[in-house]
Amino acid sequence: MKKTSPTEAEALEAATAAHANARYVLKLYITGTTPSSTRAIVNIRKICEEHLLGRYELEIVDIFQHPTLAEGEQIIAAPTLIKKLPLPLRRFIGDMSQTERILLGLDLRKVDDKPSALA
Amino acid sequence: MSKNNNQLSTPSSTLPKTPTGIQGLDEITGGGLPTGRPTLVSGSAGSGKTMLAMEFLVRGATQFDEPGVFMMFEENAAELTANVRSLGFDLDRLVSEKKIVLDYVHIERSEIEETGEYDLEGLFIRLGYAIDTIGAKRVVLDTVEALFAGLPNHAILRAELRRLFRWLKDRGMTAIITGEKGDAAVTRFGLEEYVADCVIILDQRITEQISTRRLRVVKYRGSVHGTNEYPFLIGERGLSVLPITSLQLNHEASAQRLSTGVARLDDMLGGKGVFRGSSVLVSGSPGTGKSSLGATFIDAACRRGERALLFAYEESPAQILRNMCSVGIDLEQWIKQGLLQIHSSRPTLRGLEQHLVMMHDTVRDFQPTVIVVDPISNLSFERNEAEVKPTLMRLIDFLKQQQITTLFTSLTAGGATPEDSQVGVSSLMDTWLLLRNVEFNGERNRTIYVLKSRGMAHSNQVREFILSDAGIDLVDVYLGVDRVLTGTARLAQESRERAAAELRRQDHERKLRQLASKQKAIEAQIALLQAEAEAEAAEVNFAIAQEVLQEKTTQQNTSTMAQLRDGVKTGNNRIKGTL
Repeated sequence: MKKTSPTEAEALEAATAAHANARYVLKLYITGTTPSSTRAIVNIRKICEEHLLGRYELEIVDIFQHPTLAEGEQIIAAPTLIKKLPLPLRRFIGDMSQTERILLGLDLRKVDDKPSALA
Repeated sequence: MSKNNNQLSTPSSTLPKTPTGIQGLDEITGGGLPTGRPTLVSGSAGSGKTMLAMEFLVRGATQFDEPGVFMMFEENAAELTANVRSLGFDLDRLVSEKKIVLDYVHIERSEIEETGEYDLEGLFIRLGYAIDTIGAKRVVLDTVEALFAGLPNHAILRAELRRLFRWLKDRGMTAIITGEKGDAAVTRFGLEEYVADCVIILDQRITEQISTRRLRVVKYRGSVHGTNEYPFLIGERGLSVLPITSLQLNHEASAQRLSTGVARLDDMLGGKGVFRGSSVLVSGSPGTGKSSLGATFIDAACRRGERALLFAYEESPAQILRNMCSVGIDLEQWIKQGLLQIHSSRPTLRGLEQHLVMMHDTVRDFQPTVIVVDPISNLSFERNEAEVKPTLMRLIDFLKQQQITTLFTSLTAGGATPEDSQVGVSSLMDTWLLLRNVEFNGERNRTIYVLKSRGMAHSNQVREFILSDAGIDLVDVYLGVDRVLTGTARLAQESRERAAAELRRQDHERKLRQLASKQKAIEAQIALLQAEAEAEAAEVNFAIAQEVLQEKTTQQNTSTMAQLRDGVKTGNNRIKGTL
């Protein structure tokens, strides 16, 4: 269990306050060219382009190629998207098809445009 | 462990098995877990699942050259390493030697958001990678059910777990999958549906405030197995399951004899004492001298230069040393020489099984040839006899296999028949000595007799057991009219016998003297009669001689007279004429 220490909590609040123009660091772990992996890449790229244009970093890691990274990042499901920044850390598993949930999880929900291209 | 190897070499033609190296478990399962298949170990919290799984891996890595992967879902590597260090497993070393891989799978439910379809390929990759790096043959997943809490979509999870177990099988991994015990099913999430080859259930029960862990092999596809519940323990050297009947009775029987330390007792036991490696039970009511006999036994062993171990459940070591001095046994010298160890404790402090494991460990460390347990009846304190007997049986078998001669004392409750209430272990004992108090004539005396002693001629006599400051001695008892005589009654009888013997001796002498004087009298009479006879004979001879003389004289006279008469009538002419 990861307990949030007071200092972390403060940092977290600050981060939340500044999230509007915060920089996003995202990592997507996929397993080769499985259908869900390719779908996930397409879906997350689309979301980033639409909502985080110019302020995101997306790294795509194939854990087939780098199995040690799977252990380091505690990956068990594939595909997995990890939001490293801004805090708090979040994980999304699946083919990233449920855009609403991802937006909610990325704290981008206030952007109130209904995405038309919901896969 | 060599026993396990032996069992392996006996070919179980049907199903290859992988030895766990866990004491007793391989005996129950007839060689170990099914090779290349997953085994489900289920149990409630704290029942020892993780320990069992960990020991399976560690023994595999250290004893059977089979590296293993431990994938944990509940505690992290550091915690696990610390936890199993108490069992003497050095995981850090095994990890650095690339014999074991520890992988902690952590899922934070609050961090995770499901967004569409996924699989658990990440887990597969991690596991596959770990297996490949060390060439693992064994895998442990502890407790894979934690995934159910972390991943909301159970449909996907179930499908993936099914795939995972299939995948482990395909890779030929001998695996242990642990699971929490469910209310109705074997596991909370029904893992038994997927892992159907071998299912072991662990259980922890508390009876009379003492907890006992139990293990049961519920299912073992394609193999016979013990179906009973077996108590098991987590000791300082890992798990040990106590199989009751599976142990073979194949210990060697030594023909060597050991003195009990009491010469007269040895005499009663065929003149040479007990067999080495046999078990001796000394039972009796309180104060009959059981402990002293035990101490004498130890003293004799130490005198021979052998190592002895005393488990005392009633007295502290200091108390034992002091008390035994009063009967002339100095045990302290042996402790100083390192020949004797005394372990005093209350067996109720820990569970019986826990206690037996401690005994096993101590025996293995100290390697004694003689052990005294004083008293064995305390092991059954407030315990069900049915539970105690198998564990004691196991202990006795273990000691016999080590060729250790054991003396158990057993307290018989006052009033109970001495033949029963021996914790039901008398049938396991080779020699059974019974100590009894005999109350008679206003005093209490100790007697001893050999109730049984396998494989040797033994005395059927009751002996009086005397404790003095010179130690133990046995003396013959006297059979009175209706009871045996001991103590002062015996002494009185002894002096009576002595007096009677003296009397008899005097009587004999008197009779001999009488005979001698009678003989003399007869001889005198004979001499007298002989003298008489001689006198008579002399008289007779004299008379005869007299008569002969008389007759001769008479004849002479007659002829003389005749001549004379002739001469007077004719003179000389007559004489001429007659010519």
